[in-house]
Amino acid sequence: MDLLKRQSSVFQLNGKLKAVILIGGPHVGTRFRPLSLELPQPLFPIAGSPWLQHHIEAIVKHPDVREILLIGFYNQSQQMSRFVDDMQRKYGIPIRYLQEYAPLGTAGGIYHFRDQILRGNPRAFFVFNSDVCCDFPVWEMAQFHSNVTGGNGYVILGTEANEQQALSYGCIVEEPSTHKVLHYVEKPETFVSNIINAGGYIFSPDIFQHLTRAFTANYENELIHDAARDSIDLHSSVLTPLAGNGDGGKLYVYKMNSGFWTQVKNAGHAIYANRLYLSLFKERHPEYLATNTPGGHEIYGAVRIHPSAQIDSSAVLGPNVYVGAGVVIGAGARVREAIVLDRAVIQEHSCVLHSIVGWDCVLGAWSRIEGYPSDLNPNDPVAKITSESLFNLDGRLNPSITILGQGVSVHSELIVLNTVVLPHKELTSSYKNQIIL
Amino acid sequence: MYLFPRQLGITITLSHEQEPLGTAGPLGLAREILEKDAEPFFVLNSDVICSYPFKKMLELHHSHGKEGTIVVTKVEEPSKYGVVVYNPTSGQIDRFVEKPKIFVSNKINAGIYIFSPTVLKRIQVKFMSLEKEVFPFMAQDGQLFAFDLEGFWMDIGQPKDFLRGMALYLSHVRQTSPERLAEGDSFVGNVLVDPSAKIGQGCRIGPSVVIGPNVIIEDGVCLSSSTVLRGARICSHAWVQSSIIGWQSVVGKWVRMESVSVLGEDVIIQDELYVNGARILPHKNITVSSPDPQIIM
Repeated sequence: MDLLKRQSSVFQLNGKLKAVILIGGPHVGTRFRPLSLELPQPLFPIAGSPWLQHHIEAIVKHPDVREILLIGFYNQSQQMSRFVDDMQRKYGIPIRYLQEYAPLGTAGGIYHFRDQILRGNPRAFFVFNSDVCCDFPVWEMAQFHSNVTGGNGYVILGTEANEQQALSYGCIVEEPSTHKVLHYVEKPETFVSNIINAGGYIFSPDIFQHLTRAFTANYENELIHDAARDSIDLHSSVLTPLAGNGDGGKLYVYKMNSGFWTQVKNAGHAIYANRLYLSLFKERHPEYLATNTPGGHEIYGAVRIHPSAQIDSSAVLGPNVYVGAGVVIGAGARVREAIVLDRAVIQEHSCVLHSIVGWDCVLGAWSRIEGYPSDLNPNDPVAKITSESLFNLDGRLNPSITILGQGVSVHSELIVLNTVVLPHKELTSSYKNQIIL
Repeated sequence: MYLFPRQLGITITLSHEQEPLGTAGPLGLAREILEKDAEPFFVLNSDVICSYPFKKMLELHHSHGKEGTIVVTKVEEPSKYGVVVYNPTSGQIDRFVEKPKIFVSNKINAGIYIFSPTVLKRIQVKFMSLEKEVFPFMAQDGQLFAFDLEGFWMDIGQPKDFLRGMALYLSHVRQTSPERLAEGDSFVGNVLVDPSAKIGQGCRIGPSVVIGPNVIIEDGVCLSSSTVLRGARICSHAWVQSSIIGWQSVVGKWVRMESVSVLGEDVIIQDELYVNGARILPHKNITVSSPDPQIIM
């Protein structure tokens, strides 16, 4: 829907909606290094589009959304403003980035910018975490909010996990007939529920009563350090107290019944998210995906190639590959389950598997860049990707995606296996299971 | 067995031990053939490679006129082997020392000998060791002499040493009969290719590679320090270094193989795998990478 149409439908009977995306800041994106050293994590390209764009695209599916507010702690930058401009133009909807003056936690930013959120009197507003990968079911969430909560409740988006993995997330106990939330707890030690917080919400405007109360309580608590006073945590300040308030309770859970969901906490998960969004493109944007052409390079599965990339006709790509702008891929090269960022050069006969190749990297002939996929248990339909620590108990690097930071060059005939390489390194010998500073 | 004798104009007889007879016993078993005339005979160990200077060896043997000549060679780590102590002017061997703890000499028994048939008097048809039960007595009797080997020598019993021996042998070919080695844009260093083998476009073969009969090397293959045995196939864009590829084996596309990997007969490595120091027994189909050295049965 273009800009004009949205502005004019202010006269429609349906109330307006807004969406807030919490994009965090450099202090929370550290596990995404070295990729986030060059670029804010929310702008990292997954399946060829900046990560946030996937969320924006999911949000604009609902025609009543009038404005999207990005709240975070990243400094205003050219990258950010250019991104916001591009998105406004593409989706025809006002989008603004509101920078917090200090890290304000998962709810502090919403509280601080409450005037912006409530301006224009939206009937409700969505809140989404940016560090998840999901095609948010905005239509269904809004319906649920209107029909089940009578349009004035608060809804958490939930998704199913297996009992073991649920312990790593926010757990929601649902009353099956009313869908009210009886209990909410973050990362419990013992099993509470297999419905987990999927990082999406829709709130009626009077949520701010509760936020104000939390803020005031924080402020009056002399034990909390100055800098932390303005920081409010959504889970402990809002969700947990609101859960189980008997008949008067207004906290509900809407369970996603289809579609993928995953957290993306580190660069390795980005490859997994890459695969999920590429598969979404098959129905949503088939024009993005490359096809086999006679005499051209071979394509398997979902592959997205920027139009300016140059690929030799004897190269073989896919499945689950994104090739960025200006990339050059030489004769007989093989790229599978990978993200290849702008201007990288992959020379002839090379093999890139389960890896992220950073901007401007150069891979010599016959080089092999290989990582280990974080694959899920295929027998468990609700299995989630786990967020393991970098190192195992023996002090060895856990098997993971190989990541080459910006400007890394790898000499020909070397292997780089399960290794993270920081930007601008020149590798003259093979490396396995290491972090190269 | 019938082709070689005719090609070379010689007779080949097989003497088969029914039970193990050690390193000396088998000579006793073949007594009839060896004693046919009074001419001396060579004894060779098959797990050794060198330039085999047979003429010079024979000349030395005749010049001293005693019962036996042992070829000795200089090695870097003599304590791994049996060391030979001999008079440097006369060449007469004084004694042997097995795996000496302190430095005695850096010359070892190269596993190549010439004997006069009279030596068979010292040998019975039972399990006997030349090194322990024959040589020491011959040395005591002043009947054993050393031939100092020039040029390369390698005990090729282990795959790693086999590849080193192969490289040394190829250097020897470069010096003595370079026309046997492959020339062209695809080749680097010393490479021996059987005429029936096929090599694709854009490959880089060598240094130190031997390619056997009916081998197929597809386009874009990088191969070095390796031996590829009869009928094997290396598929496109593979990178193979320091490996032995067994007969009829197939190395898949984009495979990376290194660190003395050894494939037995008819082993298949699927596309895009990484094989690092794996020893794979025959007829295996390998579908997952083997990034750490192991034996796959």
